[in-house]
Amino acid sequence: MALKSIWVYAEATNGNVTPLSLELLAKARTLGGAVEVVYAGADADSLASELGAHGAAKIHSTGDLAASLPGVPVASAIAKAVADGHGPDLIMFGTTYDGRDIAARLSVALDQPVITNNTDIELDGDVVVVTEPIFGGMKLVKTKFTAAGPHIALFRPKSFVAEEAGGAPAEVVALEVTDPGAAKVTNRHVEEATGPKLDEAAIVVSGGRGLGEKDNYELIETLAKLLKAAPGASRAIVDAGWVPYSYQVGQTGKVVKPTVYIAAGISGATQHLVGMKGAKNIIAINKDPEAPIFSVADLGIVGDVHKVLPKLIEALQAR
Amino acid sequence: MHVVVCVKQIPDPAEPGKLEGDLTLDRSGKLILDESDSYGVEMALQLVDKAGGGEVTLVSMAPNNENSGLRTALAMGAAKAILISDPALSGAGALDTAKVLAAAIKSAEPDLVLAATESSDGYTGTVPEQIAALLGLPSITFAKEVHIEGQSVNVRRQTEAGYDEVTCPLPAVVSVTAGVVEPRYPSFKGIMAAKSKPVEEQTVAGLGLDPAGVGSAGAGQEIVAVEDAPVRNAGEIIVDEGEAFTNIVSFLDGLKVI
Ligand SMILES: Cc1cc2nc3c(=O)[nH]c(=O)nc-3n(C[C@H](O)[C@H](O)[C@H](O)COP(=O)(O)OP(=O)(O)OC[C@H]3O[C@@H](n4cnc5c(N)ncnc54)[C@H](O)[C@@H]3O)c2cc1C
Repeated sequence: MALKSIWVYAEATNGNVTPLSLELLAKARTLGGAVEVVYAGADADSLASELGAHGAAKIHSTGDLAASLPGVPVASAIAKAVADGHGPDLIMFGTTYDGRDIAARLSVALDQPVITNNTDIELDGDVVVVTEPIFGGMKLVKTKFTAAGPHIALFRPKSFVAEEAGGAPAEVVALEVTDPGAAKVTNRHVEEATGPKLDEAAIVVSGGRGLGEKDNYELIETLAKLLKAAPGASRAIVDAGWVPYSYQVGQTGKVVKPTVYIAAGISGATQHLVGMKGAKNIIAINKDPEAPIFSVADLGIVGDVHKVLPKLIEALQAR
Repeated sequence: MHVVVCVKQIPDPAEPGKLEGDLTLDRSGKLILDESDSYGVEMALQLVDKAGGGEVTLVSMAPNNENSGLRTALAMGAAKAILISDPALSGAGALDTAKVLAAAIKSAEPDLVLAATESSDGYTGTVPEQIAALLGLPSITFAKEVHIEGQSVNVRRQTEAGYDEVTCPLPAVVSVTAGVVEPRYPSFKGIMAAKSKPVEEQTVAGLGLDPAGVGSAGAGQEIVAVEDAPVRNAGEIIVDEGEAFTNIVSFLDGLKVI
């Protein structure tokens, strides 16, 4: 028996559905049953054709949440739909700031477990089984839901490949918010970002503590610009305040799967590897031949970043 | 100002992790204070200081009444701790953990509850928000900065694009990211004082919860398999003699990305 109905919590930035939401829709379609979306924002109508093309038949829209953080209002709205008897069998969220808040609130409202950080989902008969990497991605744990549901699961970015299915625009239906919550946003700050986004770029150039000092991160930025790449970082230099948290690749940062990942002066701790070892090609520059990063590198350069990077930059500038 | 901080005691992350026969994480060895929680402890101590009075209470759930991690946080300056230890909690999922912590927090009646955004070993990242929901409190997650103003807490909350300024009334639950503050090192005096600070040991039943509703019995989930992740093989390694940059250029050329 397949699942009768799956809801995917979709998010959008600047009027576009996020890649992660589309990845979840692609996976949801393979599980059988109706695929529908939950959306919190004023612009559900303008997303209907894109979400429909990716397989969503309906958008359950809360409408504009104004200044409310989404956790309480969206969870209250989904819980009411479940209580009224038209909820889904499975609700899929991305591992995002808001996704985690809503899933957590919802798990309490429905008294259901929530399983986070998954990279896969499958059906064993009518039992839902999810896969989660542990120990920095060294092991994969498969967990089945044993209660009646609805099941709540969160997925890491880049776990699935987004693909259009060519459906008609999704029908927008109202999802009633019963509790707006007391936490209010008073101001939003957008950190200026130029160039491609870290989790969408075809090439990522990341630097680590081996760069020696903050000013040397410029080498990474220059190289990234030349390669039309996104600059990234290990947690060590994020914690040291050299670059913002949004640059961090790894378990507690972004998961990237670019065509090429260049790691300069990064040791390759398991928590870093879990965020980048899905790259198609990995180039590592490290002066320590024993550095763990070399165990995943397709091209490993045992050398000093202060020597290799300037020459590489010069060679690329000369082209 | 009374602040409760949720702290987790975890196996040393520097050691390779191990699983038990029932596929739960092996926590039998010595446990340490999760580094992620040291930020919440420090933040709580600073907020109490600024408020000009009050105290910090720790709440932790751990097997075998393990308290070495708690002692570290007490040595930093927390006044006391509640430790919930119960064989019924083996195999507890995030929701069960939240139920237990919430029950303990309720008895402490705090103005503010702090937690890390996620633990270093389980990193589910849902427990703080679940605690808030169970206590019927507002919550703000992923805090990069926390300020108390009158009866409100104002937070800079991490977002994909930057950060939001968010406010909510107290009492509330706030989860803090690593790096919000610089955790202090316990002083020698602090370490000595911590030895005699009160740690109240609790059980599931003692908190008024049903042991049959938590742990693997109540989890609603069951691990079916643990497999090795596919390994990625190492490729070519070149020692730089001054010209290795050309290998990178031709590698990129071969991929047609430049
Ligand atoms: C719960 C938890 C979550 C974590 N999450 C993340 C995460 O999301 N992302 C992340 O990156 N880390 C994460 N970490 C931290 C991780 O364990 C490592 O500490 C971190 O990745 C190390 O960063 P690094 O490689 O820059 O520094 P180091 O480990 O100090 O490595 C520096 C490297 O530079 C090399 N080097 C030094 N000088 C030179 C030179 N001149 N030229 C070339 N090479 C040089 C050295 O040989 C060394 O290999 C996490 C840790 C924990 C406990």
